[in-house]
Amino acid sequence: MRIHLRIWRQPGPDAKGHFENYTVERVSPNMSFLEMLDTLNEDLIRRGQDPVAFDSDCREGICGTCGFVVNGRPHGPDSQTTVCQLHMRRFRDGDTITLEPWRAKAFPVLRDLVVDRSAFDRIIQAGGYTSVNVGGAPDANAIPIPKEVAEQAFDSAQCIGCGACVAACKNASAMLFTSAKVRHLALLPQGQVERTRRVLNMVARMDAEGFGPCSNEGECEAVCPKGITLDNIATLNREWWKAALKP
Amino acid sequence: MRLDAKIPSGPLADKWDRHRFESKLVNPANRRRHTIIVVGTGLAGASAAASLGELGYNVLSFCIQDSPRRAHSIAAQGGINAAKNYQNDGDSIERLFYDTIKGGDYRAREANVYRLAQVSVNIIDQCVAQGVPFAREYGGQLDNRSFGGAQVSRTFYARGQTGQQLLLGAYQSLMRQVERKTVRIFPFREMLDLVVINGRARGIVCRNLVTGDIERYAADAVCLATGGYGTAYYLSTNAVGSNVTAAWRAHKRGAFFANPCFTQIHPTCIPVTGEDQSKLTLMSESLRNDGRVWVPKKPGDKRPPHEIPEDERDYYLERKYPSFGNLVPRDVASRNAKFVCDEGRGVGESGLAVYLDFRDAIERLGRDVIKARYGNLFDMYRKITDEDPYEVPMRIYPAIHYTMGGLWVDYNLMSTIPGLHVLGEANFSDHGANRLGASALMQGLADGYFIIPYTIAHYIASTPLEKVTTDHEAFAEAENNVRQRIDRLLSIKGSETPRSLHRRLGKLLWDYVGMSRNEAGLKKALEEIPKLREEFWQNVSVPGDANYVNKNLEYAGRVADYLEFAELLTIDALHRTESCGGHFREESQTPDGEALRDDERFSYVAAWEYNGVGQAPTLHEEPLVFEYVTPTQRSYK
Ligand SMILES: Cc1cc2nc3c(=O)[nH]c(=O)nc-3n(C[C@H](O)[C@H](O)[C@H](O)COP(=O)(O)OP(=O)(O)OC[C@H]3O[C@@H](n4cnc5c(N)ncnc54)[C@H](O)[C@@H]3O)c2cc1C
Ligand code: FES
Repeated sequence: MRIHLRIWRQPGPDAKGHFENYTVERVSPNMSFLEMLDTLNEDLIRRGQDPVAFDSDCREGICGTCGFVVNGRPHGPDSQTTVCQLHMRRFRDGDTITLEPWRAKAFPVLRDLVVDRSAFDRIIQAGGYTSVNVGGAPDANAIPIPKEVAEQAFDSAQCIGCGACVAACKNASAMLFTSAKVRHLALLPQGQVERTRRVLNMVARMDAEGFGPCSNEGECEAVCPKGITLDNIATLNREWWKAALKP
Repeated sequence: MRLDAKIPSGPLADKWDRHRFESKLVNPANRRRHTIIVVGTGLAGASAAASLGELGYNVLSFCIQDSPRRAHSIAAQGGINAAKNYQNDGDSIERLFYDTIKGGDYRAREANVYRLAQVSVNIIDQCVAQGVPFAREYGGQLDNRSFGGAQVSRTFYARGQTGQQLLLGAYQSLMRQVERKTVRIFPFREMLDLVVINGRARGIVCRNLVTGDIERYAADAVCLATGGYGTAYYLSTNAVGSNVTAAWRAHKRGAFFANPCFTQIHPTCIPVTGEDQSKLTLMSESLRNDGRVWVPKKPGDKRPPHEIPEDERDYYLERKYPSFGNLVPRDVASRNAKFVCDEGRGVGESGLAVYLDFRDAIERLGRDVIKARYGNLFDMYRKITDEDPYEVPMRIYPAIHYTMGGLWVDYNLMSTIPGLHVLGEANFSDHGANRLGASALMQGLADGYFIIPYTIAHYIASTPLEKVTTDHEAFAEAENNVRQRIDRLLSIKGSETPRSLHRRLGKLLWDYVGMSRNEAGLKKALEEIPKLREEFWQNVSVPGDANYVNKNLEYAGRVADYLEFAELLTIDALHRTESCGGHFREESQTPDGEALRDDERFSYVAAWEYNGVGQAPTLHEEPLVFEYVTPTQRSYK
């Protein structure tokens, strides 16, 4: 296949960006999307030109490193699929594909398609954990946890922190990300001790980092590669009101 | 130099307790005055940095990704072992110890492996307390499954995403320390040199991968937890950013490299499809609990799998290894897949694949149970291959997956450079010549949560550490070294890409230093690697500059290190003329084609000392002494 690409090129955080056009020949349908970009970059490098900067690591959809907007949709057209797991068989010969970085105030562009997502780390830092030191933990089977509860906690804990939810939201809200961690820990007995403090601190940090408010439109859920649902946001809201109203 | 593993005396079961008691401590009030650098934020690095922060040390934590949460450990699928015996099926610390020593084909230290088995039980407790959502049974208790090389169910798991959940647990503990200001994190940093002052590791030099700045950091001790070197082979199940760079640069500063030829080839990966492929995807070993491995009996049988009747199928693992069946260890399963493909009985277009079939399990347990157990793996398989494993058997083939070799460390996890500690997959440690499934996560967390906090305290408390700042000339020398290498890469302006050179190196290693090795092939590789290295330095293309995000420059540096390291890997493989574990030398096999060890000559750890690029390294042997188990021919029949 022959694929045309329109790619956002931006030399650095403070520089202006623009779209540039490229064509990649001999794209095989079995290639992953990132392998198609590797091929483009190989070509640019051989010609002594600056390759397109994009981030990736595991290339299995689990580390959350990859991510950019493909034809207006974070991670591209397939549901519950990171862009590293997207395959070229999804496209047709002659297609033109537009690639842009995540756009959000809290995620400054570093170069081309690479953004800085350290704001997510700082949200977790505000309380996304149980405060237990190594050493004193009781036997792992001391507190039984119903299978359904463990499964629900897992569903939330699956978030890979890629930032697609923020990129999809017109307010650049980080509610889906934050709520997934709040719900994961709120469901488990181990998370109870700090339940109140956690939700208040994480939400406050989220606001301070410059993420926007949630207006419940669900674009985040639609693009989440791990299928994190809006129920998480509902839980967060409940948890937050309960905590805020606590005397 | 004589290698001293510093193994404590006394009975095996008491060594670790005694050692902890005899180790010196650092007074809580003094800890914040000691700076410890931890490079890497995988299970080993994140757990070490978090625990050292909890204890009050001043910790600096580095990783190459944009966040510590993205370390390659996140991709581990199947599970983590622990001798909890929750299933009442006869497990114990002794049994986990024995299985691991035997699984490693008697090339690991007894004392280390015993300690690993001992602390395994604490790991699970710690992770549950952090909120890791392990799989549960209906009664609310933790669930277990079996992995290769074991006849008990001791593997804890969180669907097919165990590594993710364990790493997020460790990452969250780390971020808690960041909030408490005991740990500072430095993401987007690549360590490019180790700084040694008065014979001790006292700091590192990094490149800031966003700004390109070369940065200096000083400390009282350095921990490397930078993962394995599987991507030397280009195609592997590792993350594409995995590398040997930090370990290799430390090696060049004097840290011995142990057993580099012990590499693990995982039997169940999605087969190679084309030249442009950038990585191979693992299908977790846990699938062998329910999937049956087979190929057609007749060579060249091209019928689709459902048209091949039962009596024309060869379930070769069940046939050859009746007591372990499909759950033989990885090295055995991989070699047998290669053998049947070499006989022309491989399946799929390339003939380099075998079937992993769930038909019987789906019939027996129902589709829903299989979906609950392996749903995400089946989805991943379908996304990559466009085939539905509920309907047609998976096609799988072995791929490079893990590296047992690594920097040599003593019982305290300290390398041959005093003050430099090495944790997780980066050290050579506990898995001998073959790692059993679900034991890397165990080792990474054991090293970080439960071992390094004690041993590093002893080092700091018992060592006179003069004050060192980054103005020291050793820092200037290291920085200069790093700058020169970067400038050289940028100035070549050749016409080959780092990727294509890496791909060629990978193919060379896979062909000659892969699943099955022989003297002629290894010698051939030793001729070819220096040529490829020469070509790299003559003709690599690294466009652009060093003062911004330049992924190709980062990558070129890692490939350059692999081109040096590959030679050591091959030299080690050539010198070890026995077969053991993942290292199969065709010259040394039993009449029925199993690996044949040579304990008379090779019951030692091979630790290599660096003498310069292209110069023969010096071999140092650490003899392995077995007091509690008797090395025997490993049998899974
Ligand atoms: C697909 C897959 C599945 C697996 N499944 C299992 C399983 O089910 N059970 C099991 O026990 N094991 C499994 N393993 C093995 C296991 O995941 C790894 O051995 C283990 O996670 C390694 O952890 P680590 O902390 O040593 O290193 P890693 O997790 O690899 O972390 C390395 C860290 O070092 C950093 N780093 C590297 N180089 C530099 C540098 N130069 N400068 C600064 N930082 C650097 C990286 O940023 C990263 O933070 C699996 C492996 C793979 C590939
Ligand atoms: S590269 Fe890891 S999720 Fe895509």
